[in-house]
Amino acid sequence: MNTRKRVVLALFVVFLLVPIYWLLNMSFKSNTEILGGLTLWPQDFTLANYQVIFTDPSWYSGYINSLYYVSLNTLISLLVALPAAYAFSRYRFLGDKHLFFWLLTNRMAPPAVFLLPFFQLYSSIGLFDTHIAVALAHCLFSVPLAVWILEGFISGVPKEIDETAYIDGYSFPKFFVKIFIPLIGSGIGVTAFFCFMFSWVELLLARTLTSVNAKPIAAVMTRTVSASGIDWGVLAAAGVLTILPGVLVIWFVRNHVAKGFALGRV
Amino acid sequence: MNKVHNNKAWWLVLPVFLLVAFSAIVPMMTVVNYSVQDIFDASTRFFVGTDWYKQVLQDTRLHDSLLRQFVFSSCVLLIEIPLGIAIALSMPTQGRWTSVCLIVLAIPLLIPWNVVGTIWQIFGRADIGLLGWSLNALGVDYNYASNTMDAWVTVLVMDVWHWTSLVALLCYSGLRAIPDVYYQAARIDRASPWAVFRHIQLPKMKSVLLIAVLLRFMDSFMIYTEPFVLTGGGPGNATTFLSQTLTQMAVGQFDLGPAAAFSLVYFLIILLVSWLFYTAMTHADQNR
Repeated sequence: MNTRKRVVLALFVVFLLVPIYWLLNMSFKSNTEILGGLTLWPQDFTLANYQVIFTDPSWYSGYINSLYYVSLNTLISLLVALPAAYAFSRYRFLGDKHLFFWLLTNRMAPPAVFLLPFFQLYSSIGLFDTHIAVALAHCLFSVPLAVWILEGFISGVPKEIDETAYIDGYSFPKFFVKIFIPLIGSGIGVTAFFCFMFSWVELLLARTLTSVNAKPIAAVMTRTVSASGIDWGVLAAAGVLTILPGVLVIWFVRNHVAKGFALGRV
Repeated sequence: MNKVHNNKAWWLVLPVFLLVAFSAIVPMMTVVNYSVQDIFDASTRFFVGTDWYKQVLQDTRLHDSLLRQFVFSSCVLLIEIPLGIAIALSMPTQGRWTSVCLIVLAIPLLIPWNVVGTIWQIFGRADIGLLGWSLNALGVDYNYASNTMDAWVTVLVMDVWHWTSLVALLCYSGLRAIPDVYYQAARIDRASPWAVFRHIQLPKMKSVLLIAVLLRFMDSFMIYTEPFVLTGGGPGNATTFLSQTLTQMAVGQFDLGPAAAFSLVYFLIILLVSWLFYTAMTHADQNR
């Protein structure tokens, strides 16, 4: 039984890692080696592909832009979602169920539907090609998700804590910042991780709302296709570099991430 | 939990409401606006009522991609849900390997979607990709760019690679929430592993499984970037899914009216499913 479990898991992990290894492998090869024949590891190890990315501003600014709007999005989402999640978890109010459902439907709206209207909306208010535009657009799906996850975590905190704090003379804002936020610290961490994740992996809206100044890395990657064919080595290197931030971030929330994936409601 | 009735809670929800309404309602109304008008340029437009709706409901190209979409989403669910459960059951429950497994499982979820497409584009190529090369070396004639079946399977395998982890992680967290007492009781009763799974683990995973099924359904129903990068919708129309057909109509041919009308139909399908999802979820919450 136990060996069978281990075999299943090991096979799956291999299945997950082999394509990523192939990308990594290719990023350390020169283009002649990539196209020359199949080699399981780089025969002629080179960092030239990474050097292209780190020395060319049009490449690395893509990473900076992406990280910038992703952080902005995470910050905005957390700030607005925290009080809302508290309200949904603790109070019953006019239209609460409908509002919650409406929020969720936005998470589920196909982005392809919104592309053109988004473009027009953000152009007309003069936000086109800014980081804040992408951050706001990504709020469409990150905020409902943040509210949902936080609501799950907040419902796990007994209500008696709120009541005790009020009896002790805490005002609502003071209670919220001093007592409540530390209590759901792990929930906030996990939510931030999810906002980061969903904003980081999204490309369609980000590409539509930007042209030069806030161009995300995912859009810059299409540059590797030129008249002389595709620059596979640089493409692979750029791909590897987009994986790294996610791996770094997940390291911090690794102990809570499973609960977060269940949206805090296990 | 007993909730207090208090309409002042609206003040706490207001920022979220305004923020999401800004990004949701204005574009949505724009789409509605497109769907009932024939637009030539900024100043010339005619009200056409429901003509576009009639047209798209009879459009065979849309029917085809809708059908492809349903087949794809069902395949995705049929493969990913059982596989995800199996992985979750095989995960170690303690020790440092747990963290390692969690992180490895989460990696595909954190890769930008177009990079996922790129990874498989490279991996599947017959000349420079490990998968394509080995398959051809084994005598299988594999080429995802020209063979319809190969393209389909590659997109499906890519989706399994990309999203099974989500199902596995959801189920894993459901399993972790089962108290040890249940297993002890099962051991006293000499329950078989199957009985443990059927009567303890599966019922306890019910709520997370619901989340998993519906999230997977909706995300696979909206899939755009990965097949676009991998196959560009080809060969022919074999992997042109619904979002891509829509985007081609709206941006490529500038058929705004029909595209908008069909977007709304598309949205309604997803809305219906999300409503089922939400109702099922709240019921699961009540029964807990």
